[in-house]
Order: sequence, then C-alpha cells, then structure tokens
Amino acid sequence: MAAVSFTRGRAWSIPSVWIVWAVIAGGCLFLVIGSIESSLFLQQTISGLANGGIYAGLAVALVLIYRATEVINFAQGAIATFTTYVAWQLIAWGLSYWVAFACTLGVAFLGGFALELGAIRPVERRGSQLTVVIASIGLLILIEGAIGRIWGNQVKFMPAPFPARIYHVGGAAFSLQDLGTIGVSIASVVVLWLFFQFTKLGLAMRAAAVRPHAARLVGIRVSWMLSLGWGLAAALGAVAGMLAASSPSVLLQPSMMDGILIYAFAAAVIGGLESAAGAVIGALAIGVTLNLLGSYVSWITPPLLLPAAFVLMLIVLLVKPSGLFGRTRTRRV
Amino acid sequence: MGSLLALHDVDARYGQVQALRSLSLTVDEREIVAILGANGAGKTTTLRAISNTVTRTGSLEFAGRSLARRGPEATARLGITHVPEGRGTFAELTVWENLRLGAYVRRGSLKADFARVLEYFPWLDGRRSQQAGTLSGGEQQMLALARAVMRRPRLLLLDEPSLGLAPLIVGEVFRIVRELNEREGVSVLLVEQDARTSLATASRAYVLEVGRVAFEGPSEELASRETLRRSYLGY
Repeated sequence: MAAVSFTRGRAWSIPSVWIVWAVIAGGCLFLVIGSIESSLFLQQTISGLANGGIYAGLAVALVLIYRATEVINFAQGAIATFTTYVAWQLIAWGLSYWVAFACTLGVAFLGGFALELGAIRPVERRGSQLTVVIASIGLLILIEGAIGRIWGNQVKFMPAPFPARIYHVGGAAFSLQDLGTIGVSIASVVVLWLFFQFTKLGLAMRAAAVRPHAARLVGIRVSWMLSLGWGLAAALGAVAGMLAASSPSVLLQPSMMDGILIYAFAAAVIGGLESAAGAVIGALAIGVTLNLLGSYVSWITPPLLLPAAFVLMLIVLLVKPSGLFGRTRTRRV
Repeated sequence: MGSLLALHDVDARYGQVQALRSLSLTVDEREIVAILGANGAGKTTTLRAISNTVTRTGSLEFAGRSLARRGPEATARLGITHVPEGRGTFAELTVWENLRLGAYVRRGSLKADFARVLEYFPWLDGRRSQQAGTLSGGEQQMLALARAVMRRPRLLLLDEPSLGLAPLIVGEVFRIVRELNEREGVSVLLVEQDARTSLATASRAYVLEVGRVAFEGPSEELASRETLRRSYLGY
C-alpha cells in the first residue's frame, strides 16, 4: 500500500516513438511519390482516405469508451447504424440533409447518454468489465433487431450530402463525395479533440478516465463523465454512419456497420487503443492500404480485404505490442 | 459544538476487516490536528471515512452538515480537500491541468488563484506544461498542495505528506502547510508517520491504536510524556 513515489517516467522509450513516426512519414512519402507518378494511384489513395475517415470516426468512438472503462463497446456500430436510420427518417420526412445531420447528432448524443445510464451502469455496478462487454454484445443484437422491427430489413437509400461532381486534376478524377467524407470525418475528430483539450468539461472527462479515484476527490462526478463519454462516442459514431451510408459502396441496412466496426476495431488496436490520434492514423492506414491492395494486387479480392486488415494489425502488434501510441503499463501488484 | 469537523462513533471496514472502531474526533476552525500511530492503526482510513472512500457508519459532521450520505464528489464540493496517499496527482496530465482540476468545483477566473499559488510555489510558473508524472516526488507533493490552494478549501486532509521525501523537502512541505493555515485560515487534519515533525506543526493530536483513539491531547503534552512517546510514537 505504502506507495513508492512515482518513478513512472515516460511510458515509452523515446527511440521507439521515433521509429513509429519514421514509419508514418515513410508511408506518407510513399503515397505522395506514388500519387505524383500515377494518377490512378492518387485516385485510389483519395478514396482509401475517405474509407479510412469513416473507420476513424468509429475507431475514435471505441477509443473514447475504452480509455474510460477499458471496455470495447461492441454495440458502437449498431448504435451508429440506428442513428443513421434516424437521419434517413428525418430526410424522408422532408428535412434537408444537413439539418437532419445536426438533429441526428443530438439524438445520438442523448441516446448514447441514456444507454450508458440505463443499460451499462446497472451492469457495471455489479459486475466486472467482462460483464459490460457481454452487455454491449447484447445491446448490439437488441439494437439491430430494433432497427429491423422499426424500419424493416430491406435496404434503404441514403441521399448523398455532396453533389455528385467529379473533379479532374491532371489525369486523376476525384469525387466530391470522397473529399467531403474526408473533410467531415477529420473535422469531427478535430472538434472533439479541441473539446477535450481546451474545455473544463473535457479536462474533467480526461481526468475521470485516467484517474477515477483522484477525480472524485477533486469533486468530478465520474459516473456522469462516463455517460457523457458514451454520448460523445455515439455522436461520433453517427457521423461515421451517415458518411458511410452516403458512400456508394455501402448500403443502409441493419448490419451496415458490422464490417466497418471490425475495421475500426483493427484501427483502434493499431493505434494503441488509448490514443485517439493513433486510432485516426490506424484507420487512415487501413483505408488506404486496403484500397491500394484491392486495386493493385490482383489476387486480393473483396472477401480478402478483411483478413488483410487483420494481417496489417498483426504486423503492427508483432513489432510494437502496445500499438503505435499505446502505453506499456506497469502495474503495481 | 463549534467544531468544523466532528466524527462521533465512526466504524469503518474493508470487507470483513474492521479498520475503525467507534472513533471520535474533532477539528476546529483554523486548527491543525495530527493523527499519529503505527502502520495499520487506521490513520489513512480515518481520512477515507471523512471523504467517504471507505464503507463506514456513525455520525460525521462538517460545518453543521452531515457527511454520512455524501459521496466523495459531494464532500469535495463542501470544501474538504483530500490529498490521498500517492498525492492524487494526475500523472498523465500537465501541471497546469492538475491545477485547473484543483479548482474544478469553483466558478470564476483562475488567474487570481494561480497568482496566489505562485506566491507559495514560484517554481511552478515555468513548469506549467510539464507532464505531472515526470515531476520529482517532492515536486509532486508541492503540486498536490498547490492544487489544494487552487480549491481554497476549509479543511485539508493530508495523508503522509512526508512519505518518501528528503528531510529538507519535508521541512519545506510542513512550512507551507503552516503558512496555508495561518494566511488562508485552512484547517488541516494531518496523518503522519513522522511524529516529531507533525507534533511541532499541529496544535493537537490523536494517537490511534488498532482503529481506536488511544490518546488525545495538545501536542506539547503528547510530546512531553516519555512513555507515550516511546511506545506509540517511536522517538
């Protein structure tokens, strides 16, 4: 008990961070040179980044909840799908896309908040983290069932927020859809980062996540911070869901985010599970890598993309077991 | 009455283990009180009982309000600042963020408070953006006190502030505690192993033995009783 004074220095040794940044810089350089050399490569990179942006939103949502409770929320994808249906419904009732988008963010925030309060907190109080994980799997099944019940299981068509315009730069063609997806997903992560970094509430949420006991002693209501975290994660997931549903390659159906959740999970693990920046980098890397593999390596067919994501994750974990920006933790026993 | 803090017949337990047995204790306004005793006597548990971070029963009153059903967060809001063992530092956050968290339950500008903090801890000014976990043990203890200054508490619960610190720094920590008490009128309930220094700082002291108050009285009296000093305070 009598605790040693903290000799907890920096969590990772400096050289390994340099290596991580060197690898990231090398990857970027590869993409830039490739894009200068070939316009097809540039095109595939951009659409890979758009996919990655969608994964990033959901990955950061996973990280938010993992950081606070060390639990992977398996229902994160289903919550995102549900809120995307809400957006679809609002648009079907005649709201414009962006008004529906804003309303959906509010609905998602309140829904996430309520889910934590109603479904997770009672379980957490009594059980372990494993109980919460299982409860989240229960929520996943329940929410997907509810979607089918309310909106039916047929595919719906989400209108696109950006005009279907193609820009030609040199020999490359970009769709406004891809560029918009990259912009919106990165912007939403940046807004969240600003909130955590520069507001009192954001600081309190970070404090509650890293040191719940100490946070209580300075007067932070830790359990409310967890509910807020679920609300923010749901809102971020809603952004990812709406962007995904608008992309031509994804169909709005109850299981829409199942596959994306797995990519997002791989991205979060690559980033180190506790680092939002790591999750974003992991998500963009997966998006781009899979897109390039899919278009340049002939034997990698769409069904092989998911395993490819996991191979990428395995390679990262073999080299750096705590993920790119994970902390190796020493526990006092 | 008149006491700022009054515990009466407080029991506390960790699972099956009873840590406090009908403990009674008071702290007056602007007073420094020390809790002394061997390891496992219940010193830390007494502070935990006040901030409600341990299961306890009995009557606990602060400034005329009952603490019995208040959680740690609500207790902090009343103006009780508990600096726990390990100092409650947010090691992952910066010095400045730690200070901001100290003032979490207060409204208004932090500028005036930070200026006050700098009067006590001038070295903090250049270290604002340093990660708190990379401070030395003594600096972290100072940061914990600085955080308490940001809060402007009425009662400060200090758990073993001398733990693991060099004697010179221990002297500095206690000097600041006395200054806080004199200048800001903060009452202090101090848990310490180092009986000599705490008796020099506190006006009264309680000596605990297996969860009970074995002796209580003014510091000079405790320090002057040879047998007591030998058997309980170990110097």
